[in-house]
Amino acid sequence: MEKKLNEFSIGESGIIAKVEGEGRVRRRLFDMGLTPGAEVYLRKKAPMGDPLEITLRGYELSLRKDEAQWVVCTMEEAK
Amino acid sequence: MKNFALVGNPNSGKTTLFNLLTGATAHVGNWPGVTVEKRSGKYKGKKNGVEASIVDLPGIYSLSPYTPEEVIARNYIIEEKPDLIIDIVDSTNIERNLYLTTQLLEMNVPVVVALNMSDALNQEGKTIDVEALEKALGIPVVSISALKNKGVDELMERAAKASQVARVGHSVVAENEKFAEPIAKAAKIYEEKGIDNPLFHAIKALENDEIEAQKHPEDVAEIKKLLPEEEMEFEASSANERYNYITAKLSTCVQGNVVKEAKAKSNRSDKIDKVLTNKWAGIPIFLVILLIVFGLTFSEDLFFLGRLGVVFKESSFAGNEYFEGLFWHATEFDEFGKVVANGGINSPGVILAGTWEGFAAWLGDMMNKGLEAAGAAEWAVGFIDSVVIDGLFAVIGFLPQILLLYLFFSILEDSGYMARVAFIFDRIFRKLGLSGRAFIPMLMGYGCGVPAMINTRTLNTDKERTQTIRAIAFFPCGAKMTLLAAVAGCLSGVFGLNAALVAYSFYLIGLVVAILLIVLMHWTTQREKVPPFIMELPAYHFPQFRALMIHIWDKTKHYLKKAATIIVISAIFIWLFTHLTWNWQYVNPEETGYAGTVLADFSAWISPIFTPMGFGNVQLGDYAWAYTLSSITGIVAKEVVPDTLSIISGGELELFVAASGIHTSGFYAFIVFNLMTIPCFASIGTAKAELPKGTLKWTLLFWVVSSYILGCITYLMIEWVWTLAIIIPVIIGIYALAYLYNRKKNKEEALAA
Repeated sequence: MEKKLNEFSIGESGIIAKVEGEGRVRRRLFDMGLTPGAEVYLRKKAPMGDPLEITLRGYELSLRKDEAQWVVCTMEEAK
Repeated sequence: MKNFALVGNPNSGKTTLFNLLTGATAHVGNWPGVTVEKRSGKYKGKKNGVEASIVDLPGIYSLSPYTPEEVIARNYIIEEKPDLIIDIVDSTNIERNLYLTTQLLEMNVPVVVALNMSDALNQEGKTIDVEALEKALGIPVVSISALKNKGVDELMERAAKASQVARVGHSVVAENEKFAEPIAKAAKIYEEKGIDNPLFHAIKALENDEIEAQKHPEDVAEIKKLLPEEEMEFEASSANERYNYITAKLSTCVQGNVVKEAKAKSNRSDKIDKVLTNKWAGIPIFLVILLIVFGLTFSEDLFFLGRLGVVFKESSFAGNEYFEGLFWHATEFDEFGKVVANGGINSPGVILAGTWEGFAAWLGDMMNKGLEAAGAAEWAVGFIDSVVIDGLFAVIGFLPQILLLYLFFSILEDSGYMARVAFIFDRIFRKLGLSGRAFIPMLMGYGCGVPAMINTRTLNTDKERTQTIRAIAFFPCGAKMTLLAAVAGCLSGVFGLNAALVAYSFYLIGLVVAILLIVLMHWTTQREKVPPFIMELPAYHFPQFRALMIHIWDKTKHYLKKAATIIVISAIFIWLFTHLTWNWQYVNPEETGYAGTVLADFSAWISPIFTPMGFGNVQLGDYAWAYTLSSITGIVAKEVVPDTLSIISGGELELFVAASGIHTSGFYAFIVFNLMTIPCFASIGTAKAELPKGTLKWTLLFWVVSSYILGCITYLMIEWVWTLAIIIPVIIGIYALAYLYNRKKNKEEALAA
């Protein structure tokens, strides 16, 4: 099942399938390690629901839902 | 001497290593044209005899050209050609840190990896096989701890050795067969043209890099044709290849698997985060922290003890007067034993400022006496008195509190908390077109605008920085509080207003004006897409004392240098023209008042400008110049406004204000104008240093025009309430026009793209 990173619920994790979008934002996402094959885990949301805090490649990254919508993930099998 | 460059991710311990290597030789400057700090220094190894000059490049995640820091680091390596790069890698975050390493490896420069914080990794039960990593990367790797000064001598020894041997760039992306050929061909194109670092340029060209496309447009067009059709997305592929390479190599080099345990880990940072960024508690906790910081810096009633009803009795032992004023002040009672004014303990900031004030007063006194004893003329004594003691000392007098505030915010910044504050508040600030980061400098503006403006360095874009610096001027800082305190007597005595309520109204007005004008700027002159917010949340850690002190010392030098020159020149200028008549005759305003001096006459001439604000020549006639003059001298510092008025009035401020016939509306407008206009010389100096080059004049104009309009609105609104029927529609109209303009531009840009 595929899901966009901005649609994750807290505690969910998935493997990045592809990163859409273009230009700087996309490049920045790549540079920060959001590349296909990486595992991402949604840690928490900011008090007003946005931005998100995710864990990937062993560190914590925060990004807005606007940016997270470009990251398409394959979800792990239902627990 | 060899020249080594320090490169690494933010929060990798790069600055700690730099401080350790260079010690007292460190020098802080700015990279040309941008407000990014440039640190350089010299390393002299006692044990290994290695000597090298060290440049600390800004912390970056990648060599792509999207932040000023990345461009600086990249240009430095390409153009200045350091003899060696020390790439500092945070072992606890090795995967992402090595991503930058794979890019550095593509350049023709020797690289040594300093594997930092490996001790922290061991605590988590993991080890990195340094030899295996060395083999995988093909460059020396040295395990160090910058914090505990371990392995640094060995690092520098191996660096010195590596810098003797030329190194040819190597790309991990080319290890994939699909890309080996296009990369080799592209590199050849550059090589044949005699361009240095051909491999690096080749890969950037394939990645469709903005800077590369600008510098070598024809080559880039040609090189892009080299890619097989199904691989046109090289930008994605190269990042992918780099990370794949790292994960593959790391799985053999790291025991205990750093890579996949992130989900399960529950370390100290997570626990702290659970509280500090909690959905419900996050914002209240932040407000409490803020209250404590401002309390420790500015409060004269620490912990609200006085307000909570604790009574501070006057003590009578000898010599106590000094300590009483400095450390605490007694509760005041009226004749019936009712509390008139709370006592309280002074905060460390107030104590420091008081100590400095006492010292400055003593020094000034000694200088005056010395001058008088030496037979100096009356004007010379007065000149030294106002230029050096009142002008310079007064501004340096802010220094203890500025630095203390800066220290507290540095602690919050270095500990990793500020990144969380940005995270919590981003949602609100995005609506204004700013990111959550901009919140921090604005808050600091409630204490003092100078450290607040310096703090805007953490913001991403020049436009965001400009908007924030401009907005800071509207926040009521400590000096503006002094102005409000000084006129409080007039507000209640002359106009029958509640002074505390009026003071509070200025806090609100400042905030509302700041928000409204940020929106207007964002729609018109400072238009830009809301910058993306993709930010690392670094692990919490205790800030280092040494690093904090270096921070503070840098800021002190910065402030003194930039502010002091402007302040002295301006104080001299204002002193001269408030003490000289047109015939170059000296007058002493304390004896005869300012009348007849150049600046007083000048003020009288220009006082019609202030008529729309209710304190010009039409309303006040012969009194108008006094208000004009204090508004001019107020540009030095806001405390000077009541000072000037009080000298003019001969110390009878209330009588003078009443006699001048100024209306409540005019007096209110006078305060609004002075609070919202150019804040002070110190802030002009700081703004000049922090704004993009050559744009200070626009910011000054922005401050003057907006405060003028605000003053006029205030006067009209209070004097004739019905004018609101015109003012409000006009304001709405302006905002509607700005909104439409922005929308039109957005559409044009969307079409162009």
